[in-house]
Amino acid sequence: MFKGVDFWPHDKIFPIMQVRRSFVITSIVVFGMAVALLATRGLNFGIDFKGGSLFEIQSKSGPVDIVELRAKLGRLGLGSMQIQQLDEPTDALIRFEQQKAKEGESSEKAQQNAAAKVQEALGDDIEIRRTEVVGPAVSGELAWAGITAVTFAIFGILFYIWFRFEWQFAIAAIIALVHDITITLGVFSILRLDFGLSEVAALLTLAGYSINDTVVVFDRIRENLRRYKKMALDQLMNLSINETLSRTVLTSGTTLLAVLSIYVFGTEVIKGFAFAMLFGILIGTWSSIFVASPFLLWIGVKRDWSGIAKSDKATAAARS
Amino acid sequence: MLHFSRFKIGFVVLVCLMGVLATLPNFFSEQTLKSWPTFLPHKQLSLGLDLKGGAHLLLQMDSDELRKDWLKSLRGDVRKQLRDARIRYTGLGQTKDLVRVKLVDPSKLDEALRRLQQIRQPLGNAFSGGAGYDVDVEEGSDGFIHVEPTTAGMQQRITHAVTSAIEVIRKRVDNIGTAEPSIVRQGVDRILVQYPGLDDTKRLKELIGKTARLTFHDVHPTMSAEEARQTRVPLGFVIYPDADQPGYEHLVREIPIIYGEDLDAAQPGFDQDTGQPIIAFRFNQKAAVEFGRFTSQNVGRPFAIVLDNGVKSDGTPDIQVLSAPVIREPILGGSGQISGNFSVESANDLAVQIRSGALPATLTVVEERTVGPSLGADSIEAGEWAAVVGGIGVAAFMIFAYGLFGIFALLAVLVNLLLIIGTMSMIGSTLTLPGIAGLILTVGMAVDANVLIYERIREEMRNGKQPISAIDSGFSRAFGTIIDSNLTTLIAAIVMFWLGSGPIRGFAVTLSLGIFATIFTAFLVTRLMVALWVAQQKTRKIPAPL
Repeated sequence: MFKGVDFWPHDKIFPIMQVRRSFVITSIVVFGMAVALLATRGLNFGIDFKGGSLFEIQSKSGPVDIVELRAKLGRLGLGSMQIQQLDEPTDALIRFEQQKAKEGESSEKAQQNAAAKVQEALGDDIEIRRTEVVGPAVSGELAWAGITAVTFAIFGILFYIWFRFEWQFAIAAIIALVHDITITLGVFSILRLDFGLSEVAALLTLAGYSINDTVVVFDRIRENLRRYKKMALDQLMNLSINETLSRTVLTSGTTLLAVLSIYVFGTEVIKGFAFAMLFGILIGTWSSIFVASPFLLWIGVKRDWSGIAKSDKATAAARS
Repeated sequence: MLHFSRFKIGFVVLVCLMGVLATLPNFFSEQTLKSWPTFLPHKQLSLGLDLKGGAHLLLQMDSDELRKDWLKSLRGDVRKQLRDARIRYTGLGQTKDLVRVKLVDPSKLDEALRRLQQIRQPLGNAFSGGAGYDVDVEEGSDGFIHVEPTTAGMQQRITHAVTSAIEVIRKRVDNIGTAEPSIVRQGVDRILVQYPGLDDTKRLKELIGKTARLTFHDVHPTMSAEEARQTRVPLGFVIYPDADQPGYEHLVREIPIIYGEDLDAAQPGFDQDTGQPIIAFRFNQKAAVEFGRFTSQNVGRPFAIVLDNGVKSDGTPDIQVLSAPVIREPILGGSGQISGNFSVESANDLAVQIRSGALPATLTVVEERTVGPSLGADSIEAGEWAAVVGGIGVAAFMIFAYGLFGIFALLAVLVNLLLIIGTMSMIGSTLTLPGIAGLILTVGMAVDANVLIYERIREEMRNGKQPISAIDSGFSRAFGTIIDSNLTTLIAAIVMFWLGSGPIRGFAVTLSLGIFATIFTAFLVTRLMVALWVAQQKTRKIPAPL
């Protein structure tokens, strides 16, 4: 029978923990850059969080004339707008920032009135394929929901790992997680990509994925802690990382393939999500190998797992 | 780990079969499904608005307006109570938050308070009791008696108003087309309207955005609005603008003779003489009598038909006199017609609005998302392409890396997908675009469980174990890791479901179902296939599987 190709050089042990300093420093530098970017440049929040309106349009007669479109919509005097050509030459995306309310007008109404004006100005030759109008009340709530979602997810994961492992593991895992999320946000900042609700969903998924990767390595470290009671900690971690490396690379590969196909074939609506996931998988894989374990080493772990091993054996015995 | 009891095999096969059966309806048209025997599942996956196209409107009720209306009616109640008790008062008025009144004779304070407390309504249902009242009646520090709605009272008011608004919207929206819109409450003062297949929201917004409170009023017998503006508006009268002639105004009595609720029917039609669009209506019994009496007494004088549409976009009240016909003879039959400057469409819309009743307060659109049907179709097509290409890529990868066992893993992933789609079809959850992404992502992650197991088996064999015991410990050792790694993802998914809205919830549902399906397929489906493979090899020595 065909057994498949085991292409991984299993006999080779990469000295990852020996050179951990350079990896960690790289990560810290990139992390610092991301924080600086987020602090100065900030994120390009989409209308979910900032309010405003968005129109995805398609010209019925050939390629859309961006210049003409800009002139036509500029005359409406609705403040700053962005017009972006999409992959298809007939398609474009128009964004308006949140409208300032005129005297006596509620700001929710101002959004609606502006959107109505745009729809009228676009005329019959242009099909509006998607409209999104988000008023200030909702956008504020969505932003808050996004922040709480990420925070709750991080704490939920923290407690789960604390419960299943030890607090040191939980701290190291959360450091890796914050590292992943921050750097991904940094990339969104540097590329000025729209950051909306579905990107928050992508961040949460990435949190799940990245922690998944980290947990696999930690699981092996815990197992090896029970097996090799005398082995130096850095050596033991290096062994654990190497033992799980083939799995990490394979899984990242398949997931990356899946997400890449979403990114390539996906429509405008899903691209941001796919991009966040794509980048997140790469950075999540990196952090579970090069960030989580070094930090775990610095925090230190409990060496004596015999009690736990015993109770594990007891449950195993009870099970059989 | 490789032993399966018959019972367990039966269970696994049964679950897989159920997954297939529940997914099956999605591949057939609704006509075909009708001819299926009843014991088979019929439910198809419902597509989200982002995939099939449609409008999503989040409306917010104007609670300030609601409060203002309430205060207005409280003011009337206060007047009536004090008058009935023959307690003289001055300075009855309303501020933003309360109604206040000053007594001429302060010694009547206790009696007045007792009287006014009858206005209060107990909160909640009559059975729970003790929950307090909807308004507070007390002596204010300024020497006035204050009648002020309580927070809980206001809350209840909003809740009731939203409930009745949902009913009104449903009736109005039913007139647009055949699709089934979903109209649900969201939070305290919001209503979410989702209308599949509709991408032009203008008409939808026009129909549900207007309060449409129709009333019939007495017009002041001698004074015109112009005179009233120059001198002063008589007590109990108000000035409303005319709908057709800009600048022209009417002086009408504030309290109507008849309310729109008393209209039994309203139909758009055409005037027999002029051919103009009109609205024909009929009063109910009570209103017909009332109107008959009023018109008998006022032959030769006009009355006003007033349409209150809440507030305009610039914040001013949107109240107009639609028409002010002169009563030529007593109208005893209880029916009549409203003529105004209507177009066919506006007459039709107004008739619908009158029929379905007035909204308790203005609804403002706070969030609007529409997706045209063509974009939705594009999204589905893109999703299919992504699934096919991603699927083939992953399949090739797995077969390359694990051979026959890779095929086992792929079969398990296929079962996984069937279970997710089947469950989603059965529980009636909605597939959204992010949901498709969640499915594709699940394929990637489901493979992970198998990769963990297979890598572990290889490792055990490298450590010198025999194939069977390597397979055995591969499954048992990978178990804990798979549980841990999947449960952490589940935490993220639960948070998303809990805090998310619409499409994100869809994603969270898919992801969570995917996690359960992954644990099931990796531990039962893959293992069963491997166990069957091992059993087949019984006669010979088992070759290394990986």
